Amino acid sequence: METTSTLEKILRLIALTLVVIFFMFPIFWIFLMSFQTNETILAIPPSVIFTPTLSNYAALITGKLTTAAGTLDIAFMRNLMNSIFLSVTSVAIALVLGVPAAYAFARHKFKGSEDIAFTLLSFRFAPPLLVLLPLTQYFQWLGLADTYFGLIWVYQLICLPLILWIVRGYFEDISADVEYAYRIAGHSWFATFRKIALPLAGPGIAAAGLLAFIFAWNNFVFALVLASADKQPVTVGALAFVTSSGIQYGQIASAIVLSVTPTLALALYAQRYLVEGLSLGAVKG
Amino acid sequence: MASTATLRKPASGFRISRKMLPYVLSLPALLVCIGILIPFITAVIYSFQRYRLSQPWARQFNWGENYLNFFTDPAFWNTLKVSLLYAGITVTLELLLGLGIALLLQRRSTVNNFISIMLLLPLMIAPALAALMWKLMTNPSFGILSYLASLVGLHDFRWASSPSTALLTVVLVDIWVYTPFIMILLLAGLRSLPTQPFEAAALDGVPRTFVFFRITLPMLTPYILTATLFRLLDSIQQFDIIYAMTQGGPGNTLTVFQVEAYLNFFQSTNVGRSAALMVILWAITYFLSNIFIKNWLRLRERARGEA
Repeated sequence: METTSTLEKILRLIALTLVVIFFMFPIFWIFLMSFQTNETILAIPPSVIFTPTLSNYAALITGKLTTAAGTLDIAFMRNLMNSIFLSVTSVAIALVLGVPAAYAFARHKFKGSEDIAFTLLSFRFAPPLLVLLPLTQYFQWLGLADTYFGLIWVYQLICLPLILWIVRGYFEDISADVEYAYRIAGHSWFATFRKIALPLAGPGIAAAGLLAFIFAWNNFVFALVLASADKQPVTVGALAFVTSSGIQYGQIASAIVLSVTPTLALALYAQRYLVEGLSLGAVKG
Repeated sequence: MASTATLRKPASGFRISRKMLPYVLSLPALLVCIGILIPFITAVIYSFQRYRLSQPWARQFNWGENYLNFFTDPAFWNTLKVSLLYAGITVTLELLLGLGIALLLQRRSTVNNFISIMLLLPLMIAPALAALMWKLMTNPSFGILSYLASLVGLHDFRWASSPSTALLTVVLVDIWVYTPFIMILLLAGLRSLPTQPFEAAALDGVPRTFVFFRITLPMLTPYILTATLFRLLDSIQQFDIIYAMTQGGPGNTLTVFQVEAYLNFFQSTNVGRSAALMVILWAITYFLSNIFIKNWLRLRERARGEA
């Protein structure tokens, strides 16, 4: 490692540059496109020199798109609101349900606990459409079809296993001795959980919550199958928008930028937890 | 090893009995997921039925017929072939690329850390949205990639809309989104390897290719295995990228398992066939996930030990 020749340094530099270009260019290009009008987008050869315009974003935010053919209504802001609402609520519920369960799995080796934990984890790996297709019919019968409640319930399949397994790992890393001492001092189980265990596992819970949020936000297939237009999140909404708006490429690009900004911002903010969380704790970040 | 000592009997202020507590705590989470087991069983039952939404009167058990039909069904063999091809190509390329990038970024430095954080970004973009981004870039009339292709003489390169290049295009998007996943796992693995063997090899003047194949690679194998299985599990089930990009087309070029099942259910309304496809996919993933979980648990124990 220490004896690197100049040639090798140059080769490394070239390789790294190519890697950075390949992975960063699409983000950069779509970002540029979102500030362009259709005329500059369609210009050949493509150019990075243009007068930036906010008209694409304005059209999305006001929900009115004025074209030569007339005015078109865009429901994209509704999709964005749906994404925020669905992801935040799903993660909040998954935390309320998942953190106590994670604590139970970490601290109490009860009968069947490993089996149950594995069953929950296996949901992470099962093909989603296997349950989604019959679920459409059950939701019809139960009156849950096309409701936020039904969607949030199904979103638990993404959020719960993730939170359960990451938070369980954090609880297991904390020594039970402190909790034991607190209990000996005459405090209840719940007080111990709230005052000792929760604060100690705080960073882990936050990381799991952020990761679950990103996964919920990025989910596509659940809402595609179960939600109608007015309940759809951005992932499904953006696809529908492409079909309906046809050639409004600038608006499509700005819709994509608005849709990916929250997860990118969160990822940058929480990047040091991501490695560990993504591998469900198999690799320390 | 983490301490997992169970708590003793509490002193006071404890209403739920000690034995019941863990069950009470995990019950709500379980109940939410139990609701999902019912549709799972239903799907298995459907897979043994002749069931078309267009002909509800003809619905009846035909036992293994949906499965037996697959043997003589070219569409099924196409699905199996495309799914395996897609998973095989994406995971192999992502592994090679991810390992290469991890090795490039192995040494801790400000620039390397910055690049590894930047490379996380594609992984954080919803795969469906990533497909749309690439769709804009491969648009035949203004896409930058179509333009670049024409510069190197590939005029009228059709990307996802031509049957001969559709697989290549979705594989490219998959690589863009998921290579960072393998890269960060292997990077974390590389950086956690003990330094002594490498120092000893450097002292003895062992050639670097020898060090790589005889020390680095064997020590990294558990991480490579975990990353590969994890990706294989996801890739064999890929839906978002392919559906957002081409909806399985052109023709049936990209009708992988989940896309085919989706189209069977919503377009040809053949519920029985759709369910049978999903049950087969589930069997494949169940097999893979069992190997994965065993391997992953071992790695997790190791990560614990070093923490």
